[in-house]
Amino acid sequence: MQGQTKNILIVGVGGQGTLLTSRIIAQVAVQMGYDVKVSEIHGMAQRGGSVVSQVRYGEKVYSPIIKKGDADVILAFEKLEAARWLDYLKPGGKVIINNDRVDPLPVMTGKAKYPQDIDQRIAGLVPDTTVVNATDIAVACGNARAANVVLVGILARATELPEGEVEEAIRSMVPPKALEVNLKAFQEGLKF
Amino acid sequence: MKRLMSGNEAIARGAYEAGATVATAYPGTPSTEIVTSMANYPGVYAEWAPNEKVAMEVGIGASIGGARTLVAMKHVGVNVAADPLYTFAYTGVTGGLVIISADDPGMHSSQNEQDNRGYGRFAKLPVVEPSDSQEAKDYTRLAFELSERFDTPVMLRVTTRLSHSQTLLQEGEKEEREIKPYKKDAVKYVMLPGHARLRHIEVEKRMLQLNEYAEESSLNRIEWDDRKLGIITSGVVYQYVKEALPEVSVLKLGLTNPLPEKLIRSFAAQVERLVVVEELEPVIEEQVKAWGIKVEGKEIFSLLGEYSPEMIEERLLNKEPLAEFALDKEIPGRPPLLCPGCPHRGVFYTLHRMRLTVTGDIGCYTLGALPPLDGMDSCICMGASIGTLLGMEKARGEDFARKSVAVIGDSTFVHSGITGLIDVVYNQGTSTVLILDNDTTAMTGHQDHPATGLTIKEEPTNKLNIEAVVRAIGVKNVRVVDPLKLDELRQALEEELNRKEPSVIIAKRPCALIIKEPPRVQYYVDPEMCKGCKICIRIGCTGVYWLDNEKLAVMNPNTCVACGMCPQVCTFDAIKVVEG
Repeated sequence: MQGQTKNILIVGVGGQGTLLTSRIIAQVAVQMGYDVKVSEIHGMAQRGGSVVSQVRYGEKVYSPIIKKGDADVILAFEKLEAARWLDYLKPGGKVIINNDRVDPLPVMTGKAKYPQDIDQRIAGLVPDTTVVNATDIAVACGNARAANVVLVGILARATELPEGEVEEAIRSMVPPKALEVNLKAFQEGLKF
Repeated sequence: MKRLMSGNEAIARGAYEAGATVATAYPGTPSTEIVTSMANYPGVYAEWAPNEKVAMEVGIGASIGGARTLVAMKHVGVNVAADPLYTFAYTGVTGGLVIISADDPGMHSSQNEQDNRGYGRFAKLPVVEPSDSQEAKDYTRLAFELSERFDTPVMLRVTTRLSHSQTLLQEGEKEEREIKPYKKDAVKYVMLPGHARLRHIEVEKRMLQLNEYAEESSLNRIEWDDRKLGIITSGVVYQYVKEALPEVSVLKLGLTNPLPEKLIRSFAAQVERLVVVEELEPVIEEQVKAWGIKVEGKEIFSLLGEYSPEMIEERLLNKEPLAEFALDKEIPGRPPLLCPGCPHRGVFYTLHRMRLTVTGDIGCYTLGALPPLDGMDSCICMGASIGTLLGMEKARGEDFARKSVAVIGDSTFVHSGITGLIDVVYNQGTSTVLILDNDTTAMTGHQDHPATGLTIKEEPTNKLNIEAVVRAIGVKNVRVVDPLKLDELRQALEEELNRKEPSVIIAKRPCALIIKEPPRVQYYVDPEMCKGCKICIRIGCTGVYWLDNEKLAVMNPNTCVACGMCPQVCTFDAIKVVEG
């Protein structure tokens, strides 16, 4: 990494489990001896609002928050959230989108429309875009709730984090009875 | 080995290492996790107090009793605790006392963004500001030493971004210490005017000593680099400055009250241009200007919201943030909303339908103010709903009270709603108060409180009976309803509003997020019966959504918890239970 700080922005809807993903990635960076900072949002936004976790690691990290135009990767648990945070992506950056749609309140009440083909439009703008159906993959692995670990696998591949280190972090953070499903989900994610 | 810890966990660790044995708080984002972490350490008594004033008073007692004591709250909580805090600044401490003020620039989860560094000068307290988790731990520890050395409570002021960021931290050894012996000292602790005049002399002496300490303290340091630009900063903003301007000289202040005049003068004299970068109020800047030092600050930076590294680059380097990838099209906002199954939805749906004026309060239910429920007219601070309603009645007359209600949560009622209700009865208001009892402090992450019957460690304790309290206050018309039985709720409201006497309706149903059992039934929308009227969509629940192409409502089985509210609002009985 030669002193370059890696910036990973994890976005989604409150309640989607973005925190576990950001904590796993941060834990891997700790294991690898990097300086690490993670910023989370708690409180009101967690009630179905737009949420963001920021993970930064490198030799020396100052700010816990990522600058606009400086994220190496945006990992979006929901399509519209990928669009909302897209201006944080660095030129040459990567977007990973879980092909999930959660209608926000203005859409539910008919005040706004959910933008059509939003993932395709992002892909048209950002060459390095991956769209996955992480929930379907997780269901095939045995539990829809492991979707966030499928995304961890994709993220690990994208950021070149060593498989063994990520697996160790998952083992330390996931309850034993959910471990098998989660390790399987992680392996599926690595295939991207 | 270093490990990741949030700022809040780090503060608790620091207090533990300093040998603090008492910790007290009322939950409030972003401060909540400080005392929940403290509760996990051996040999520490931790508690949820009913409100911040009581927390402060328990803290004062523990300090007078000789223990090192941590008191934690969010910024607006300090307003509630201000009365005892100001006078405790006169008496000083026996065991060290550190009060945490967790401020919320940007109002992620608050009703204002007041800058509590102002309390430092106003109440004459030392104010310490860490910039990451390591400092949060180390400075908390040091704050206990300062508290005892200078005989004063010390405020450790943090912000959301510090409280909820995790950074690496090296733990230290716990200090083994005995609690100090108790000695009666009425001149120090009984604040009669004659005693308080003597204590005020001590306060001013102490501030002079602290001025001297500030010049030498390890809390303040200069990081020399290029001297064309010198930045004075504190707290997490220091990290943004280092990120944005790695090559400028920085005076980092860990002690922001009192400020080190000589150190600042010397720094100012050695840089060509001096700028203070501080979120919210110009606390440092105004003091520096008052000393006649040429400095810039709020001419460049905002009084509003959170700062960021790119804001600093923009204002000081004229560098535009890169935004290579931005979609031109408008992206619908995603405000927070009530959860599927939330009991508050039934309340606000009904209040909206009845077109009532609603004075509101602080909690998840404040979200009932947003469309489509639109069910609230005011929300000011913890406990304000009941007094506000009485005031409106007194201003506009009894008829107005026939179509207005106050709504307040269980935890908020215990916090500071009880006295408002006493006023209603005492001054012969005729208002109707709805207590939304969901058996938890939901918004801050489900903390217990006196009416849940469990302590912070989830051990059983006396369960405050809200109904009995209301009756004891003198309210004769009290009833308990299930807020998701919409007809019952509406009938109760109509009857109580018509009474020219105070009434309380307790809308009782546990928060949907604390119910552990899976739903007993599953609902579906019968496409034959659905007429596409969208009334079920307009309750603002993610458990049911609209298919634009088919012009039909559909249940979302992943989010619906089968609370049974939408079948009640459906005019065409199209929402049915899945059989078998």
